[in-house]
Amino acid sequence: MRFDLNDEQRAIKDAIREVCDARASRGEGAETDGAFWSELAKSGWTQMAVPQEFGGQGSGLLELSLVLEEMGRALVGGAYLGHAAAAVLIAASGDEQQRPRWLPGLATADGRAALGQAHNGGALLVDASGAALAVIAGPETAAVLDPVPGALNEAASLDVTRTLHRVESAGAERLRGDVDRGLDRAEVLLAAELVGVAQRAMELAVEHASNRQQFGRPIGAYQAVSHRCADMLVQVESARSAVLSAAWTADHEPEQLPFAASVAKVTAASAAWQVAAASLQVHGGMGFTWEYPIHRYLRRAAAGARLLRSVDHHLDRIADQNGLGAEAVAAGAVQPAYAVP
Amino acid sequence: MDLTLSPEELRFRDEIRAWLDQNHPGPAPQDTEQNFDFRLAWQRTLHEAGYAGIAWPREYGGRGATLVEQAIFNEEMVRARAPAPANILGLIMGGPVVMAHGTDDQKRRFLARILSGDELWCQGFSEPDAGSDLASVRTRAERAEGGWRISGQKVWTSYAHRAKWCMLLARSSDGARYRNLTYFICDMRQDGVTVRPLRQITGESEFNEIFFDGAFVPDENVIGSVDDGWNIALATLMFERPGLGAASALAIRLQLGELAGLIRQNGLDDDASVRRRFARLVVETETIRLNGYRGLARAGEGVPGPEGSIVKIQWASLNQAMTELAFDVQGGAALESDSTWAYRLLRARANSIEGGTSEIQRNILAERVLQLPRLR
Ligand SMILES: Cc1cc2nc3c(=O)[nH]c(=O)nc-3n(C[C@H](O)[C@H](O)[C@H](O)COP(=O)(O)OP(=O)(O)OC[C@H]3O[C@@H](n4cnc5c(N)ncnc54)[C@H](O)[C@@H]3O)c2cc1C
Repeated sequence: MRFDLNDEQRAIKDAIREVCDARASRGEGAETDGAFWSELAKSGWTQMAVPQEFGGQGSGLLELSLVLEEMGRALVGGAYLGHAAAAVLIAASGDEQQRPRWLPGLATADGRAALGQAHNGGALLVDASGAALAVIAGPETAAVLDPVPGALNEAASLDVTRTLHRVESAGAERLRGDVDRGLDRAEVLLAAELVGVAQRAMELAVEHASNRQQFGRPIGAYQAVSHRCADMLVQVESARSAVLSAAWTADHEPEQLPFAASVAKVTAASAAWQVAAASLQVHGGMGFTWEYPIHRYLRRAAAGARLLRSVDHHLDRIADQNGLGAEAVAAGAVQPAYAVP
Repeated sequence: MDLTLSPEELRFRDEIRAWLDQNHPGPAPQDTEQNFDFRLAWQRTLHEAGYAGIAWPREYGGRGATLVEQAIFNEEMVRARAPAPANILGLIMGGPVVMAHGTDDQKRRFLARILSGDELWCQGFSEPDAGSDLASVRTRAERAEGGWRISGQKVWTSYAHRAKWCMLLARSSDGARYRNLTYFICDMRQDGVTVRPLRQITGESEFNEIFFDGAFVPDENVIGSVDDGWNIALATLMFERPGLGAASALAIRLQLGELAGLIRQNGLDDDASVRRRFARLVVETETIRLNGYRGLARAGEGVPGPEGSIVKIQWASLNQAMTELAFDVQGGAALESDSTWAYRLLRARANSIEGGTSEIQRNILAERVLQLPRLR
């Protein structure tokens, strides 16, 4: 047993960080993410989530999570998450007819897929302009909207690094395979992105706390500030452990994924919001300005936590899996469902 | 990255499991002293099977287990609800400090009897005026014929009343802070040493105060160099207990199983807020287990890092939160003091104090991991 990245996995993480850093140093933001998407597609990053038999790279969920953590850290717009999540959803939850119909397209540069959230009988699509198709997720369903309508009805997006569009979803075709499995796998990718969000929000807080002086010393010397930062570290590292483990579990012990995915989503969603909020506090008034980036992390955290299934949904599932479910009550069982190796 | 046990690790786990099946000592007695004797007998059983020094190198009579094997061993002990060995401080601190800094004579003198449990150890660091600020201990060591005379007071010393040896940090010179302390191994069975039990909030007396009144420590019981005790003490505190993260998570997991039963008994398994509080505890337990395993990989790469503080902080607050939830779901039964959960509720309050307070752990993370500026 060895719980850390191997050299190849570290190399993936370093490589995608370089790509994201280069984007940041060009001063690019959400508005140019269309161009960034083409750049990613050219270097093959966008094919990772598509299985090899359909022309993609068939990368493990662990490798994809490493990419998504870096995307979250750089606050890259939603296209990559949406595409990767849509690909794993179709691959894991589509049936024999559905997979060959959509997956080959997702391995091509203009076959971008977007993610959508079922909402009020319709759906909200994330970063859908220019997307060929979208996968709309509900708590227990996933359906493919193909094609994405040309004229989209824009909605105001809480996450300012992502666009949001309202669509009718009546024409979407339900994925007919194991929907839970696809949702769990997509959830791990979303959680990975949220770890990156928390990581960067913490880095910004630590940087600021080391530099900003008040009462004649750096504010990071005050424990009300430094202990806040230490708590951020606890949350970030815990969420990272949970996501790495869930991604590995998806690849190697899929029968354990439902628990691991729920733990990953709950820890990552909580970490992203709480760390971003604490980081804003550490920044003082500057943290409340539009120009300073921390609110973008805060918004991403708030919106990201609510994509796919809610934290409460996962908490309920965890309670069911661990002795508070109907079966446990009937059987009088006390043993947790998940056995430690 | 590989989260499965290798064939050798699986064999090791099966060996421990099979042995525990045959040798489990049965339920532990409630009474503090009887419980300690029970743990002492258990240590002898472990020792006879070669398991007492699971982490110790083979040359010192240990098993020389890898970090992962140590974690497996600790988890199996917890899973079987086996007691901890009585000489735990000797095994995880006294022995390792002698191995790292002791002379060959000291190794011959002390190590075998730590393992067998023939001589028990206690840790005499904290004092009335020196707790978190350990470097300001005031207990004095004065030069004497062939050794040192010790006078002063230690406090909160767990199991001092049963110990033969005390790891003692005392002021040996008037030199600068951090260079004025010496690490002694002091014989507790002598006239100049008086041990008085202190009653804890649970009603038991595990810890004590110790009064030193001219107690003698021969030169051969100085560990490392005179006046270098601070560095040695720091190293002792850093001796990670590999795999304890995962094992303590498992211990909580077992108690969460009991808690689920308690929730059902009280008809609250449909209560949304109870369910979610419970689920958050499960999640936190799982992240401690995972952080513990991730820490093993890092510790394997070199010196144990300050990251151990992450798990220490999490474990203390999780254990406290778990016992609080157990109390909230019990209804009127919570008013009675003789339940297991009442004991756990009270005992858990020590978790954020013993072994370095949670505030001190946060200081360590802030200063040593995040490199934030220090207040001093
Ligand atoms: C059950 C139990 C068993 C123990 N066993 C042993 C033993 O065997 N041997 C031994 O030597 N000791 C033992 N201890 C003592 C333990 O190590 C100390 O209690 C602990 O280190 C705190 O020291 P203190 O009690 O003097 O509290 P203090 O250091 O006075 O701390 C009081 C409060 O102030 C806070 N504080 C102090 N300094 C700072 C700072 N710099 N920044 C922020 N907050 C700060 C603390 O976090 C705490 O909340 C035991 C304690 C307990 C509860």
